[in-house]
Amino acid sequence: MNTRYHPFSILLHWIMAIGLIGLIAVGIYMEGLPFSPSKLKLYNWHKWVGVIALALVVLRLLWRFIRPAPALPAQMLSTMPRWQQWAHTFTHVGLYALMFAVPLLGMAYSSAAGYPVVLFGLWPLPSLVAADAQLAQTLKGAHALAAWAMLVLVVLHVAGALKHQLIDRDGLMQRMLPGR
Amino acid sequence: MQRIFRQSTAACVVACAFVGTAAHAQQVLVPAQSHIQFTSTQMGVPVQGKFQQFEANIQFNPSEVAKSTIAMKINTASATLGDAATDKNLKDEDWFNVRKFAQATFQSESVKSLGGQKYQVDGTLSMKGKNKKISVPVQLEQNGAHTTATGTFSVGRLDFGIGDGDWADTSMIANEVKVNFKLVLTGVEKLK
Repeated sequence: MNTRYHPFSILLHWIMAIGLIGLIAVGIYMEGLPFSPSKLKLYNWHKWVGVIALALVVLRLLWRFIRPAPALPAQMLSTMPRWQQWAHTFTHVGLYALMFAVPLLGMAYSSAAGYPVVLFGLWPLPSLVAADAQLAQTLKGAHALAAWAMLVLVVLHVAGALKHQLIDRDGLMQRMLPGR
Repeated sequence: MQRIFRQSTAACVVACAFVGTAAHAQQVLVPAQSHIQFTSTQMGVPVQGKFQQFEANIQFNPSEVAKSTIAMKINTASATLGDAATDKNLKDEDWFNVRKFAQATFQSESVKSLGGQKYQVDGTLSMKGKNKKISVPVQLEQNGAHTTATGTFSVGRLDFGIGDGDWADTSMIANEVKVNFKLVLTGVEKLK
C-alpha cells in the first residue's frame, strides 16, 4: 500500500497552502487601507484568488475520493494517544469545511455589500444574496471569524507536522513533500 | 382695526387668487416614489448608487410639448453606495466635492415628442462647476393622478471631474456611468 500522497494531491496541497496564507495576509492588510485605487485593486484580487481557491477545494475534494489520503502508519496509530487522533481528524475536517465556508461567506458578503463578484473583471458570478447593508456587516464578521478560525487550524496543522518532523522524527511529513 | 381688517381682506383676495392659479398649474414631485440611481463599473463590477435628495421644477405641457421646461436640483451630499464609510469618501474633493459644489443641476433647453409618450429632453447638466449638454430619453406613463417619467442615459464621469486624481484611471473605474431615473409627478394634465 502506498504510504505517500499522490503527486497531484501534493501539488494541490501546496498551491492551497500558499494561496490561503496569501489570502489571509492580504485580507488582514487590505481592510485597514485608506480609500484608494490600490485598496480597490487588492479587494478585487482577493476576491478572484478566493474564487479560484474555492474551485480548487472542490477539485481537491473530488480528487480525494478518487485517490484517498493514505492512512497513518499502523505503528504510529498504535502509540498515538486518542486525543491526538481526534485532533488529527478534527483539524483536517475543519480545514476542509472552512475552505468552503470562508470563500462562500466572502462572496455572500460582497453581494450583500452591493459589489457582485466579477471574476477577473470579466465574468460576473451569481449574487448569493441581495444587497443589504445590515446583512453585509453580519457576513463581513462571519467571513473574518471563519478566516481566523482557518488560520488557527492552519497553525495547528503546521505545528502537528513539525512535531512529527522535529520531535518524533518519524518522517511523516515526507508523505506530503514533493520528490520521491 | 376695521381698516386693518379691510386691508388684509384685500391682500388675501390678491394673494389667494395668485396661489389658486399657481396651484392649478403646479406639477409636484412625489419624492417617496421617485429615484435617481447611477451605476458605475469598478474593475468590471457594476456598482449601484443613488441620490437620496433632489428637487424638480417641472412644467410639462402635453398640448405644447416644446414649451415644457424641466429643472432639477440634486443634493450631491445625498449620494450613497449603501455603505456609510464609502459615502463619506464620495463627499471628498476627488468625488463630488460637496462643500464647494453642493448641487448638481439639470436645465432643459428643448423638449421634443417622439410619439408613443416618448420624449427627448436636451439640456445642460452641471456638476462640480462643469457644464455639459446631454440628451435624455424620457418615457411618460399616466396612472390616475400620477404621471411617471422614466429613462436611462449615460454620462462620462471625467467630463465633470468625478473621481479625480488617482481615481481618474478608467481601467479601474470606467468613464461611462449609467443614470436611470423615475420621477413621479402630480398635477400633470392628461397626456394626449
